[in-house]
Amino acid sequence: MLRLSNVSVFADDKKIIDDFSFNFEYGKVYVLMGPNGSGKSTLALSILGYPDYKLSKKSKIFFKNKIINKLETYKRAQMGLFMSFQNPDMISGVSVYDLLRAATEKSITRENLYDEVLKLAKELQIPENILFNSLNESTSGGEKKKLEVLQSVILNCDLNIFDEIDSGVDIDSLKTITNVLTKYKKNKTYILITHYNRILKYIKPDKVLILKNKKLIRIGDSKLINEIEKKGFKNI
Amino acid sequence: MKNTSYKFPKGINENIVKKISHIKNEPLWMTSFRLKAYKIFKNKKNPKWGPDLSHINFNNICYYLKSTESIYNSWEKLPKKIKETYKKLKIPEAEKNFLGGVNAQYESEAVYERVNKDLQKKGIIFYDIDTALKKYPMLFKKYFATLVQIDDNKYSALNSCVWSGGTFLYVPKNVNVELPLQAYFRINSEKFGQFERTLIIADEGSRVHYIEGCTAPIYSSISLHAAVVEIFALKNSQVKYTTIQNWSNNIYNLVTKRAIAYENGKVEWVDCNIGSRVTMKYPCVVLKGDNSKGQVLSLAYAGSNQHHDAGAKIFHIGKNTKSRVISKSVSKKGGRTSFRGLITIEKGAKDSLSYVSCNALIMDEKSRSDTYPKVVIKEKESTSQHEATVEKLGEKKLFYMTSRGIKKETAESLLVNSFIEPVTREIPIEYSVELYRLVNLEMTGAVG
Repeated sequence: MLRLSNVSVFADDKKIIDDFSFNFEYGKVYVLMGPNGSGKSTLALSILGYPDYKLSKKSKIFFKNKIINKLETYKRAQMGLFMSFQNPDMISGVSVYDLLRAATEKSITRENLYDEVLKLAKELQIPENILFNSLNESTSGGEKKKLEVLQSVILNCDLNIFDEIDSGVDIDSLKTITNVLTKYKKNKTYILITHYNRILKYIKPDKVLILKNKKLIRIGDSKLINEIEKKGFKNI
Repeated sequence: MKNTSYKFPKGINENIVKKISHIKNEPLWMTSFRLKAYKIFKNKKNPKWGPDLSHINFNNICYYLKSTESIYNSWEKLPKKIKETYKKLKIPEAEKNFLGGVNAQYESEAVYERVNKDLQKKGIIFYDIDTALKKYPMLFKKYFATLVQIDDNKYSALNSCVWSGGTFLYVPKNVNVELPLQAYFRINSEKFGQFERTLIIADEGSRVHYIEGCTAPIYSSISLHAAVVEIFALKNSQVKYTTIQNWSNNIYNLVTKRAIAYENGKVEWVDCNIGSRVTMKYPCVVLKGDNSKGQVLSLAYAGSNQHHDAGAKIFHIGKNTKSRVISKSVSKKGGRTSFRGLITIEKGAKDSLSYVSCNALIMDEKSRSDTYPKVVIKEKESTSQHEATVEKLGEKKLFYMTSRGIKKETAESLLVNSFIEPVTREIPIEYSVELYRLVNLEMTGAVG
């Protein structure tokens, strides 16, 4: 589904990711863990083509067997890539509904979109007015994350990266979020970026990846989580 | 240019001014007025503040051009070349669908005018201004140049000496003009300045909405547009004046717009400026009568090599007068927008209320925006409020939006459209659609 081959990422000539290679398979759930500053978010942003990050010449990102290194971000998204943001910005004058309408102009009719958004908002327990206000304006941390999940479900992408969807979220909201993620999981690949294992009580990963000092240092199954729990990232 | 009956040599002097007046067969008082204005223009300096105007070469501008001899009052009779120009501007459709009357200007002279029969029945006078001077000399003289004095500024003086074309509108007592009236005009000859003059008089208890829209093709050298607009809103009347301007990027657009509202009168300026090299425009409302109201809504878009220095001027003189100024500006690709506001609450303007809100949206690092608000309060029993915001649209926000599968251009349009919406919702839907289209074309760079 998504294959990274020798991916190195630079920002202002400083290396942030060093030679990352991995193949994320169709329909599976991955967890990407690692200490602060290990490059997890950078990796996610690079997959979507964040303009401040430059890839080395050797780096190759394949999505659905196509090289997407040079594709514009919106095209990558249209191919079926999605990422939720750790701290999504406030966007004045544009609501999540406006955004989704622009994004699904060709794929979903206006009536259907409206119904779907409202239905999902209910499932996610997002107050209705928030859907039509400026995105992330006077919303709580939990609501911000819920709005990201809402977009992920509506856009129905094949591969979804959730960057710390669990941070700044209370336990009830976390349950709501993970319920929705599980409910709409069918035929999708998830990559969860997280610091904590509490989200992993609700979503079982197929594989756990550990990123440390710019490098992918370990790949394992859910047992690896227990190991991290005991030893900390420091001793892995 | 075979259709052109007169094309003056470039430059300005007393003879040129006299000749314009002579060709128009004007009364003596107007010839003297023009000559007086010429003297003032010659001696007056460019303002010391605001954009750089030193590149305007007054000797390189043609001050009068007449493209057809007579004025046509039906579409079919217009010369083919002019019809085609209008077709590109989509005037016939707009007219058919929506408008009460059209008084369109081609080059410097009004050549096409059709006044709706209903308007005439109601006693509304809607003419090109030259005709109005001949047909209604008394009414004309009573108001002309009494609000914008010749010596108000260098460009009002220039307009006063070479003015040509424009609109004259008189709405009689208690007449409500339900449909907006409009005039399209454009600059269509290189190095040719356009100096139209508009005079609107709304008699007691009347209501009218006038729309001025214009687009101009691209030119290779500097061109000047220096217009003067005067509005008289008499007791209990309401006037709304909407401008949608899209000058080509080499034009200096220096316009003096002023309105006076008498007792319980109301004036609204809606001013949307896209394009031009430099625009300086500060629509003004003098709230002379008690309980009068004034509103200025403005929208400016400045792209590469463009500077919009715009704002509003409000004078509160009467008691319980209210004013509201909403300014929205967008700068992109190195463009610059400046807001310049002057609110004066004179002594005796008790219980007056003024509200100013200016918001700037800066689309990239190269662009800039400044605010120069000035509030002078001489009456203690009044309220004035001022709000200003500047928002920078960073790469991050755009990335967020494109990561949802939205093209960058669409994302920018989405942001800009929502930003300008408070102004565009004030204008009729057909024009707001056109305005969105213009802004979006500018944004995507489809217009040079």
